[in-house]
Amino acid sequence: MTVTETDIATDFEIVIGLEVHSQLLTKSKMFCSCSTDYAYAAPNTHVCPVCMGMPGVLPVINQQAVACTIMTALALNCTIPAYSKFDRKNYPYPDLMKGYQISQYDIPLSNDGYLIIDLEGQQKRVGITRVHLEEDTARLLHHSGYSLIDINRAGTPLMEIVSEPDMRSPLEARLYMQRLREILVYLGVSSGRMEEGSLRCDANISVRPRGQQKLGVKTEIKNMNSFRSVERALAYEAQRQIELLRSGQPISQETRGWVETKGITVSQRSKEQADDYRYFPEPDLPPLVISPAWVEELRASLPELPDTRRARYMRDYGLSTQDANTLTEDKALGDYFEQVVAALPAQNRVARARAAANLTLNDVARLLKAHSTDISENLLTPAASANLLDLLDANRITGKQAKDIVEEAFISGKMPAVIVEEKGIQPPISDEGELIRIIEEVIASNSKAASDYRAGKVNALQALIGQVMKQTRGQAKAGSVRALLIKKLEETDQ
Amino acid sequence: MTELYKLSIQEAGAMLRARQISSVELTRAHLDRIRAVDDKVKAFTLVTDDLAMRQAHEADIHFANGNTVTALTGIPLAIKDVICTKGITTTCGSNMLKDFRPPFDATVMQRLNAAGAVMLGKTNMDEFAMGSSTEHSAFFTTQNPWDLERAPGGSSGGSAAAVAAGMAMGALGSDTGGSIRQPAALCNVVGLKTTYGRVSRYGLVAFASSLDQIGPFARSARDAALILQAIAGPDARDSTSSPQGVPDYGANLNGDIKGLRIGVPEEYWVDGTQPGVEKAVRADIEKLREMGAEVGEVSLPHTKYGVPVYYIIAPAEASANLARYDGVKYGYSYRDTNDMWEALEKTRQYGFGQEVKRRIMLGTYALSSGYYDAYYKQAEKVRSLITEDFTRAFEKFDVLVSPASPSVAFKLGEISDPYEMYLQDVFTIPANLAGTCGISIPGGFSHGLPVGLQLLGNFFAEDTILRVADAFERVTDYHTRWPEL
Ligand SMILES: [Zn+2]
Repeated sequence: MTVTETDIATDFEIVIGLEVHSQLLTKSKMFCSCSTDYAYAAPNTHVCPVCMGMPGVLPVINQQAVACTIMTALALNCTIPAYSKFDRKNYPYPDLMKGYQISQYDIPLSNDGYLIIDLEGQQKRVGITRVHLEEDTARLLHHSGYSLIDINRAGTPLMEIVSEPDMRSPLEARLYMQRLREILVYLGVSSGRMEEGSLRCDANISVRPRGQQKLGVKTEIKNMNSFRSVERALAYEAQRQIELLRSGQPISQETRGWVETKGITVSQRSKEQADDYRYFPEPDLPPLVISPAWVEELRASLPELPDTRRARYMRDYGLSTQDANTLTEDKALGDYFEQVVAALPAQNRVARARAAANLTLNDVARLLKAHSTDISENLLTPAASANLLDLLDANRITGKQAKDIVEEAFISGKMPAVIVEEKGIQPPISDEGELIRIIEEVIASNSKAASDYRAGKVNALQALIGQVMKQTRGQAKAGSVRALLIKKLEETDQ
Repeated sequence: MTELYKLSIQEAGAMLRARQISSVELTRAHLDRIRAVDDKVKAFTLVTDDLAMRQAHEADIHFANGNTVTALTGIPLAIKDVICTKGITTTCGSNMLKDFRPPFDATVMQRLNAAGAVMLGKTNMDEFAMGSSTEHSAFFTTQNPWDLERAPGGSSGGSAAAVAAGMAMGALGSDTGGSIRQPAALCNVVGLKTTYGRVSRYGLVAFASSLDQIGPFARSARDAALILQAIAGPDARDSTSSPQGVPDYGANLNGDIKGLRIGVPEEYWVDGTQPGVEKAVRADIEKLREMGAEVGEVSLPHTKYGVPVYYIIAPAEASANLARYDGVKYGYSYRDTNDMWEALEKTRQYGFGQEVKRRIMLGTYALSSGYYDAYYKQAEKVRSLITEDFTRAFEKFDVLVSPASPSVAFKLGEISDPYEMYLQDVFTIPANLAGTCGISIPGGFSHGLPVGLQLLGNFFAEDTILRVADAFERVTDYHTRWPEL
């Protein structure tokens, strides 16, 4: 079942707030010196007494994780307090090594920010309640009759970004997630990979009759592992709640899991079993004193953010909204584009930026996809792409030749100029006199085709073009051949 | 010559450095003493004979080679079984950790090892340091060397009894609400609770994290200073350890307390203080006055809230600290079920003793939604008031004096009401809540049983209370008396 925006009845308003968790790309874990580079490691190899929750151990705050969180908060226009603290969140579960999670309760690292999403040209502001820092749990691997624990993940820095219930449709929720992910990736604090679980999203959703002030009973939706599933799950859940209300049934406050394969949400836990986390200040960690000078230092170190980049591409390079969006969403591709532009001659850099964008979005993106190559391992360097554009610009090669050259450069890593040299590709015949001579010759020796064309058989032209191209061994530009040929055919007709 | 086990650390150290005795001899003397009397006292949960002899031998090599040595090189010490020792069982007096061997050394153990000290073994304690009699050990009860029918106090009862009986020259304990000072008082030894942050807690199995501190036991103030010197100081692995520099604790032990301002808190003479205890401590205060100290009355008005505040904050922190014992990763594990939650519940049901479970429940309750503000939050506010009491008192006085415990050693099994047992710590708890330092030293006897004199100092004023303790020892002989065993 696919529920789209338009299916959802307009007499109900949907209210959505998101809680996003992101692992941070720090070198070491949140409270110990274990490496976070365990993605491909054997279970329980990146552990120590601290992250295993052994008796007697104590946490030590990872300053890099605090910096990452403050940078994120600044990018989300949050306020950073002068003082913050950690708290213990108590609940028993085998994936929680200490029986409590070190998190932040009443004085988080930041609060009161916002994020702008773009609704077909309309800017909408989504409030950010808070951005705080905590630690990830271990990973449980369930088998039949038993479960195994991989403690590698335990203690990984985890940042939580809580939004206000400001979103009014599943689409807005997806756009929010996409914008947020962009920002995290731009900051370099998160890999942004939802499918791998390094970026996770839980949603609170409720519906209410349009015009009603009071919020409806909300449910919490978990297990949404992609942008698409965020939108699908929330659309399903909104419809489910509306249908319940329409049939006069109550909505129960509960946690529901999204089942991707079935396209439905199912009840996981009801509110009656709701946890009391018994938060209290973490006595093993002194309060964090955050100096305004450090915050300003971090603010000054913020990289260009997606919205700024998008606007710059459109303003300075005249790119279309579509192209600017694509080059912004995929930061690595955008970076590539900028490197190509930077490698172009300064005088006509801006003018040729669109050619660079086309090359990046069409040829480079296509080749990367076709060869399943990550852009970081791309042999076609930005300099090579710029070189190709130079050759085209100087009429040294034809567009058709460029397609072949870019393919070869992508595979071999050679500069396009070198490939042109090695293959002995001659410059296109730009001497019009020479081209006219060949055309006249072709018309003369293919008089039937020529008269057919003159008689109105347009198809005959193609054969003549082919003959000219053959005579010039592909070094003539197809466009100019065609134009000259028509001109000559008409001339010789008279 | 006196038996080697009767030497002080200072004396033995001098003899070791002069090569008059060897550490092997000294250590063997203590192991012999343990064999002779520990059947009666039961201070040790584990005697590490082989390790001790190996460390003693290494110390002797250092002496023989003229290597750099410390005041503790070759000195045999006992360690409370709540301090993690690499590869050596650290039971915390609990069935939960009966076979637990930590894969790491506590910071204090690293420092003692670096100083060349010899570890004789691990000492008995109330389970997870919760208790004031050592009767809450899951394994056995430790007897007071002064009267085997009486309790040594707790929770560091094993360490206090071991030092009192000559089974160790000194020991480490931990003090959360009086767990060093009260057993020191009941066993006639010196017990120092350090300022919060003075000694690293890394590797101290947590009871109540904002209150716990490690400190030394010894038979003299100077010996306690020597141990403190080795273990004090900042530690990057404990974020609550203080960056404050460590003074030379022996430097000012000159016997001079003339002009020192000593305050006597009027709230520290509660109903229920035994007359014999009060009498001895009043006499001690007179002695201090005679020695030239300026003695005056002082009020710590929030003292009476100390015990109730403590019994909210300590169990609250404990309820979280002890949550990690779930039978999954280490320690006792109930396995006779396929249900995860049943395994967790039974592990804790059988792994913990009654007092531990009582405090976990107390703490869980105090932190529960709807009760947090009334209990935990309120307790934290009163804790600030208690701290302010001390801050104000230390503006006028250098040291405060009081009994360390309202009673002398009580009979084993005599106190069965938990609340009555909690009152054992009425004089010691406030310093833990404030985070200041305190020491109990031998202060006399009542009906043949030791009375402890408590000296309370300001933050990081260990040097001051040690100076008073040392000066007091110079004019009294209580600390030189030995129990008959
Ligand atoms: Zn670790």
